[in-house]
Amino acid sequence: MTAIRTAPRPEDWVRLTPQGLYVEPADIHIDPLRGVPRAVITHGHADHARAGHGAVLATAETLAIMDARYGTAHTSVRQPVAYGEVVDINGVRLYLLPAGHILGSAQVVLEWRGQRIVVSGDYKRRRDPTCSPFVVQPCDVFVTEATFGLPVFRHPPDQAEIGRLLHSVRLFPERCHVVGVYALGKCQRVIALLREAGYDQAIYLHGALTSLCDLYRRLGIALGELHPVAGISKEALRGAIVLAPPSAVADRWSRRLPDPVVAVASGWMRIKQRAKQQGVELPLVISDHADWDELTRTIDEVAASEIWVTHGQEEALVHYASRRGIRARALALVGYEDVDPE
Amino acid sequence: MSAAFELAAARETEAGSMDRFARLLDDLLFSPSRLTKLRLMKEYFAEAPDPDRGYALAALTGGLDFRFAKPATIRQLVESRIDAALFAWSYDYVGDLAETAALIWPGTAVANAPAPRLSAIVAALDGATRADVARLLAMWFDQLEPTGRWALIKLITGGLRVGVSARLAKTALAEMGGIDVAEVEELWHGLTPPYTDLFAWLEGRGPKPTVDHAGIFRPIMLAHALDEAELATMAPGDFRAEWKWDGIRVQLVARHGRRRIYSRTGDEISGSFPDVVQALDFDAVLDGELLVRRGDDVAPFNDLQQRLNRKLVNDKMLEAYPAFVRLYDILFEGEEDLRMLPFDERRARLESFYARHIAGTNLAARFDVSPMIPFSDWDMLREIRAGADVRASEGVMLKRADSPYVAGRPKGLWFKWKRVAATIDAVLMYAQRGHGKRSSFYSDFTFGCWREAPDGGRELVPVGKAYFGFTDAELAQLDRWVRAHTTERFGPVRAVEPRLVCELAFDGVQRSTRHKSGLALRFPRIHRIRWDKPAKEADRIETLAAMIPD
Repeated sequence: MTAIRTAPRPEDWVRLTPQGLYVEPADIHIDPLRGVPRAVITHGHADHARAGHGAVLATAETLAIMDARYGTAHTSVRQPVAYGEVVDINGVRLYLLPAGHILGSAQVVLEWRGQRIVVSGDYKRRRDPTCSPFVVQPCDVFVTEATFGLPVFRHPPDQAEIGRLLHSVRLFPERCHVVGVYALGKCQRVIALLREAGYDQAIYLHGALTSLCDLYRRLGIALGELHPVAGISKEALRGAIVLAPPSAVADRWSRRLPDPVVAVASGWMRIKQRAKQQGVELPLVISDHADWDELTRTIDEVAASEIWVTHGQEEALVHYASRRGIRARALALVGYEDVDPE
Repeated sequence: MSAAFELAAARETEAGSMDRFARLLDDLLFSPSRLTKLRLMKEYFAEAPDPDRGYALAALTGGLDFRFAKPATIRQLVESRIDAALFAWSYDYVGDLAETAALIWPGTAVANAPAPRLSAIVAALDGATRADVARLLAMWFDQLEPTGRWALIKLITGGLRVGVSARLAKTALAEMGGIDVAEVEELWHGLTPPYTDLFAWLEGRGPKPTVDHAGIFRPIMLAHALDEAELATMAPGDFRAEWKWDGIRVQLVARHGRRRIYSRTGDEISGSFPDVVQALDFDAVLDGELLVRRGDDVAPFNDLQQRLNRKLVNDKMLEAYPAFVRLYDILFEGEEDLRMLPFDERRARLESFYARHIAGTNLAARFDVSPMIPFSDWDMLREIRAGADVRASEGVMLKRADSPYVAGRPKGLWFKWKRVAATIDAVLMYAQRGHGKRSSFYSDFTFGCWREAPDGGRELVPVGKAYFGFTDAELAQLDRWVRAHTTERFGPVRAVEPRLVCELAFDGVQRSTRHKSGLALRFPRIHRIRWDKPAKEADRIETLAAMIPD
C-alpha cells in the first residue's frame, strides 16, 4: 500500500451500473447481468455467469463450466487465471482467490492506488470436498453476499445432515430417497459427502445433472459410481438414492420412483415450515452459502473499514456491521437469485 | 461410516432425553402418512423409558399445561440475549415464534453436556415461579440443539401442531399393546401423566389399570353412511328411525356429583357450556346432540359455533345462544351399565328416565328427547326425509332395534341416511399440490362463483376448497388440466384460467368473515367434473347466499 494521501474513495473507482459492478480504471464488470465487452466471473452459477460477454476472465474451472452450459460460443476471448496469479489491467492489480462456494469459485481482489477491494462473489467458510477453501484477504472494502444474512440461519455440520439421510435410507429400505439438489455444486458436493460417509452404492441421477457431474470428474473430482435414472426399473430403485433438481422432486417426474422419501438439500431447509410447505419429508440443511456465523466472522476477519452487501437479507448484515463501527451499505443488486439456486 | 456420522448418531441414543422427543416431533411434522406417524410413535414409546414417554404422550394428547411458560416469556428471554432489531427481522422472516427463538438462540449445545431429560423438564417446571421458568428455559436452551429448543418451546406453550390428534396417539398405544383403541379410550379419562400403569399393562408387565369410573368419557358409538342399494336387503321392521340433528354430538356424564360434557372425541367441553353443566342434576351417562335454541326452533349451526371453543362465556352469550341437548341414548343410569341392552330397551329406559328426573322440572329447558320417526317402509321414510326441515336436520338415522351400544363404528348396526346434498356449479380458480401419495398431483382445489365486479362486469370469488370426490383417473385428468392452464404460481399453489366447471356437493352454507365472498360451504366435495359446461354458466354467489339460514 502506498501513500495515504493518494488513496481514492472506493466509490470513485468501483461503482454500480445497470450491467452490475463496474471497475472503472480497468474497464471491467464483475458478474455482469447483461453482455459487456470485458467480464470477470466469480463462479459458474447462471445468475453470475451469463453468456454473451466479449471477453471473460475467470478460473479455468469456471470457464469450463460456462463452456459446458452455454457451448463454447458464449464468448470469443477466454482468459483463464490460476488462484493468486496477478493480472495488471491498466494499473489495476487483479487476482482471484478461492471462495469455497463451488468448484472454481473465486473472490476477485482489486488493488488500485493503495486501496484494496475484495469482491467475494458467493462464498462459504466450511470445508467442501469439491472445491478449494475460502482464503481470508484483509482489505479496505469487502463486498459480500447475504443470502443467509439473518441470525436464524446457522447451518449444522454437513456430515450430520448426510448422516440423517443415510439413517433414513436404512430405516426405509423399501423406499427410494430422492434428494433435490441444485445441478451445479450442491449435486456434486452431496455425492462427495456421501462417499466420505462410506456410502459406496451406485447413486442415480436425473438427466439434468449428468453433464455437470461428468465435467467435475474430468476436472479431477472423484464421485464414485453414478447412473442416469432413466431406464432403471422402479423395483431396482428401492433402497436407492436418486438426485434430481429441486423442481422435479415433488413433481410429475418423481412418479417413476418407488414410494419416494422426498428430501431437499438446501440452506432454506433450516426453516421447518418452509420445508413442510414444499412437501419435503426429509429436509437436509446443506448450503453452499455462508451462514450468519460465517458471514459475521468473515466481516471481522477481513477487517475492512467498509462493507458492501450485494444481495440477500441485507438489512440485518448492514445493521450488524454498523453496530461494530464499520461503514456498511446495501447495493441491492437485483438479478442475483436470492432464493435459488441454493 | 465417518467419525462425524457416528458422533451424530451417538447423540440420538439417550432415549429419555429431550433430544429424542424433539426428533419424534420433527419426524412427525414431516411425515405425510398416518401409517408412518403411527410407526414413529410406536418406536418412540418402545424406546423411551418411564416416566419420560408418559410426558411425551401427555404432550401429544394435549394434557400438559404450564402456567408461566407462555409465548411472552419466550420472547422476553430471547430479547435478553439478542439484538432486538435482528430478532424482529428474523421473526418477520420465519413467521413462527417457537422456530425463530429456537434458531436464533446464540451458541450451540456443548457436546459433553447431556441434553436434559423430558421428565426432568416437567418436574422442574411444575411448581416453578415465573422467574424460575425464565432461568430454567435459558439453561435448557444452552444445553439443546435448535430442534430440541423448538420442541421444548412447543411442549411448554402447548399446541404441538405436528399433525397428530389425541386419537392417533391413542391408536399407537393400542397397536403397541395389541388391543382395541376403544379399550384405551375407556380408561383414558381416568388416567393421568406419566401413565406408568398404562404402559406397564400395554407391555404385559402389569394388570389393567383400575380407574375411578365416575366422570370418565365412554367411547361413543358411530354410524356408517347408508348405501341406498343396501336398503333392499334391510327389513324395515328391524330398524328404528330418528332425525340426525345438525349440532355436535356429545356425551353427558353426571355421576357422584361430577358433571362433564364431552365431544365425540372425548375432549371435555364443559367450560363452554355452563348452562348445560348446571342442569346435569342427575346420575346418568347420556348421549345426545348439543344444539342452540331460538324460540321454539333449533337455531342454525352458525349460532352453535358462537358458543364453541370459548373459555369464557358471558351472560350475553348465554342469553343470545341458549344451549340444550337433544337426547338420543342412555349408557348408564346410576351404577347400572345399560350399554349391552338392545336399542329398544335403552330407548324405553331413556324415556322413563326423562319422565322421572327431567320432565316438569326446571331442567326441562336444557334437555328434550329426540323423537322417533314412525314409518312402515323405506319409501315412506324416504319421503319424510325429503321433507325434513333443512336447517336443523341433516337427514335420518337408522338404528337396529336390537343393537347394543358398541364403541367405535361397528358394521351393520347404525346408519346415517343423509339428505341429498345441495349442489352448485363452480369454477376452478386455484390448485395446490397434495401430500403423501398425492404429493406430485394438484389435488386441493379452490372454487369460485360469479358476482358483480366493481366495474360492472363480473368476477369470481372463492367459495370453498374441495379435495375429494374424484377417482384416481379423474385426479390425473385434473392434474393435467391444471398444468396446461396455469396462469400464475405462488409456491405450491397455481392459479388457473377460469375455464373448468365442477359440480360441488355440500352440506350447507354458512356466513363467513374469513372468506372474501362472505360465505363458506360446509364439506364441499367434487360431485362431477363438468368438462362440457362453459364457465360463464356457472352459478352466481347470490344462489348460495339465498341458502344461508337466517
